[in-house]
Amino acid sequence: MTNYLLIESRDGFDARDGGFCCELAGTLMRSGDRVALFAVQNGVLTLRAGAQAPALAALMKDGMPVLADNFSLRERGIAAERLAPGVQPSELDSVIDRLAEGWRVIWH
Amino acid sequence: MKTLNIIASAYRATVEEQDDTIVWLTHAMKGAGAGIDVLLRGNAVNYAVRGQNAAGLAFGGWQQTQPPRIEHDVAGLLAKGVVVHVLADDLQRRGLESTPLIDGVQPLRGDALAALLAGYDRVWHW
Amino acid sequence: MDTKTTLTFALMDAPYESARSTTALRLLAIAARRGFHVQVFAYEGAVMQTFALQKAHPNTVHGRSAEEENHFLPKDAIAALIDDAARHGGRIDWVNCGLCVDERGAGETIPGVRRGSPADFWQMAEASHNTLVIPTRD
Repeated sequence: MTNYLLIESRDGFDARDGGFCCELAGTLMRSGDRVALFAVQNGVLTLRAGAQAPALAALMKDGMPVLADNFSLRERGIAAERLAPGVQPSELDSVIDRLAEGWRVIWH
Repeated sequence: MKTLNIIASAYRATVEEQDDTIVWLTHAMKGAGAGIDVLLRGNAVNYAVRGQNAAGLAFGGWQQTQPPRIEHDVAGLLAKGVVVHVLADDLQRRGLESTPLIDGVQPLRGDALAALLAGYDRVWHW
Repeated sequence: MDTKTTLTFALMDAPYESARSTTALRLLAIAARRGFHVQVFAYEGAVMQTFALQKAHPNTVHGRSAEEENHFLPKDAIAALIDDAARHGGRIDWVNCGLCVDERGAGETIPGVRRGSPADFWQMAEASHNTLVIPTRD
């Protein structure tokens, strides 16, 4: 089992190729790898409760942790209580933690 | 350590740079002894297509004499022993599933992606 | 490999074009504070991040002088991070891709930055505990 942190910096609405992280996450999880997603920059726009993000919701239902950069949330006026259930506000330190621990970190 | 370079961005500043800068970077690292292979995905699957031609641009009296030659450069990676995969799902999305590709490029289905990544020590996404 | 945690980052974005540049600096700041050995390979537009001739300007829309505006200049942030890393027992080794520097005329850099090549990036990655590539986008 390999640990993957996928950094999603792009939103799923305007960005082309917006579905890549979810597709890759699903493939990796089905293969038995551990996957977490860290949303930063416009990537947090998909995480508001009520935002249309069915692929992400399905992955969260399957147990994928979704972390959201606190600064990016604050920058966009997204209060923690407005996030989709299960999304965890987090400091960017989480990325450095996982890099230092040897996770494969892939930026999208 | 074996590294997989995933190239997703395509034709970004390739005329100005006269190269795809990540295909170029891969060539340079391979030349420096790197153990490195490539997966083309997203719009970069088009880099596996034959017949790409960016020649002939001129701006006033300035003529571009060295246009990017992506097809040549991808073939060059293959000639150096770099394995070049191309994501079949993205070929299909773009209507390229029955288009002849550069000889040696290996189509890979999306459901085989996890296994591909598992075969490398590092995965870099460009 | 040195036992101190060593991380390598590959950056591609020029200043003022993408939020990725800010996030990259935030990541470097965290690593610097932890006293890590940080290696940065600046490729393409990212070689402009350390350009020494960046200059602050006033903001007439907001009625602020150059001093009041205190405009963000990445060269200053990076210089501060290089200092911060050293203060915390680590270091930031910033390498600009030389050909990218040449084509952009970005040869004048802040102290502590050196010129290199893709071979340097490969060697950095080989000598690191981990590497993060932050790609650019069209």
